[in-house]
Amino acid sequence: MELTEEQKDMLEGKNGNAVKKSMSILVALGEIYGAKGLIPVTSVQISGVSYDNLGDAGLEFLDEMAKDGKIRVKTTLNPAGMDMENWEALGIDPEFARKQKLVIEAFEKMGVEATCTCTPYFIGNKPDFGDHIAWGESSAVTYANSVLGAKTNKEGGPSSIASALTGFTAEYGLHLDENRQAHFVAEVKAKVDNPMLFGALGNVIGRIAKGRIPLITGIKKATTEDLKGLSASIVTYGGAPMFHIEGITPNKTSVPEERVVVDKEDIDNAVKGMNDAEDAEFIFIGCPHCSIEELKKISELLDGKIVKKELWIGVARPIKKIADKRGYSKIIEVSGAKLACDTCHVVAPLKGRFHSIATNSAKGIFYGRGKNNFKTIFRTMEDCIKLAVGE
Amino acid sequence: MKGRKIFGGKAEGEALVSTEGISFYGGVDPDTGVVTEKGHPLEGQSVSGKVLIFPVGKGSTVGSYTIYRLKKNGKAPLAIINRECETVVAVGAIISEIPCVDQIDTDKIKTGDKLRVNADEGIVEHA
Repeated sequence: MELTEEQKDMLEGKNGNAVKKSMSILVALGEIYGAKGLIPVTSVQISGVSYDNLGDAGLEFLDEMAKDGKIRVKTTLNPAGMDMENWEALGIDPEFARKQKLVIEAFEKMGVEATCTCTPYFIGNKPDFGDHIAWGESSAVTYANSVLGAKTNKEGGPSSIASALTGFTAEYGLHLDENRQAHFVAEVKAKVDNPMLFGALGNVIGRIAKGRIPLITGIKKATTEDLKGLSASIVTYGGAPMFHIEGITPNKTSVPEERVVVDKEDIDNAVKGMNDAEDAEFIFIGCPHCSIEELKKISELLDGKIVKKELWIGVARPIKKIADKRGYSKIIEVSGAKLACDTCHVVAPLKGRFHSIATNSAKGIFYGRGKNNFKTIFRTMEDCIKLAVGE
Repeated sequence: MKGRKIFGGKAEGEALVSTEGISFYGGVDPDTGVVTEKGHPLEGQSVSGKVLIFPVGKGSTVGSYTIYRLKKNGKAPLAIINRECETVVAVGAIISEIPCVDQIDTDKIKTGDKLRVNADEGIVEHA
């Protein structure tokens, strides 16, 4: 791989140990995947933030990188294992909270703003079309590639940190236009008109895709929230972190020969497959984190009602601040529901605490089962709220 | 045998060979180095202090942090040899500073073989 003088200096340790280690990660990945060189990135999203996933070893690694590592590009963090301010209300163990705070402090020392969210594109880390970026968090990676038209591979924790501290990533995979073309057409012949159904569609297409990129046709309209749900689902269930939707997403693609039809029966079966609980102890909305429009709708649904079950609404803190100003937060909190900033049910330490979940997120179903052993109910946001208030 | 350097360094020790891939996250106990994945060919054996040979890594990217944790606990393998290295193991070896070489015909090595690894040159040889 060809390195510039600046990059060689970084690799030799002239910019400190954290930069040296970062460079060796990027160079090794570049070599493995046959990259010609390293390219500058304009934005980073770091995954691997929850202490539940990092453990003490991950924390030690972060401390080591924070000794002399400083970010060189705009960088945001994935959700942590708890709300960093309101963790006690979510019933988080104090020892877990202490460790989680140390994780965040290490990132802050590197210069990272500690807003923890899987929707960085809602809070000012929104790359432009064609930008090369290095993002972790599979749903955000898929949204950035597909909806924003930025270019990123699906990075892990250390490689995303490596890009933040050097400003570079290796040029391979989805950074190259030839790898961003559709491999098959998925012709949708079913009504898909809310984030839950877009999640079900992602489940169906992700399983067919097996790491390949689809060109989805037959969709006339998709909101930001629909595309957020599809992005999270399609990659969770086996697709590449990229899709095209004819007439909706901005990337150009050649039209492949292979065609599959997705009909109502496929969608119904996917929905059925994500439901295996009679009732839910715990309800989570906001996987990926809610938009301000979703909070508005939730506040309308909860207005004047009292929740009978534990209901968490996952949201980035800056979005909650807008909801505070507009009065949505108060309505939601008066109902007894909890606005959970910085975190979600996938990365919070919830195993054993609940045994069943209801959510409108297909990704949330997958991790609710795999990571937390929950039985699951998969319904629209409206129906999940009804379940929470006992209607 | 000549392969490709993933992370440099030298090591000499006994081979532990797995015919299947290894998922470090959830598949290896970071405190003991013992393989815990049910039904894995190395289930119950420790990777600690061995030249660990397996065809390819698998599983969650959090596995890189598990390798790092093994190193910090003094339970890491001396070196890692793969047929084909992927991101989880590559990043794990780099951040943990474990000599790592890939593009080696792992079928030519048996558990118990004494190996000399010069990862800087990508060389793995019987000692």
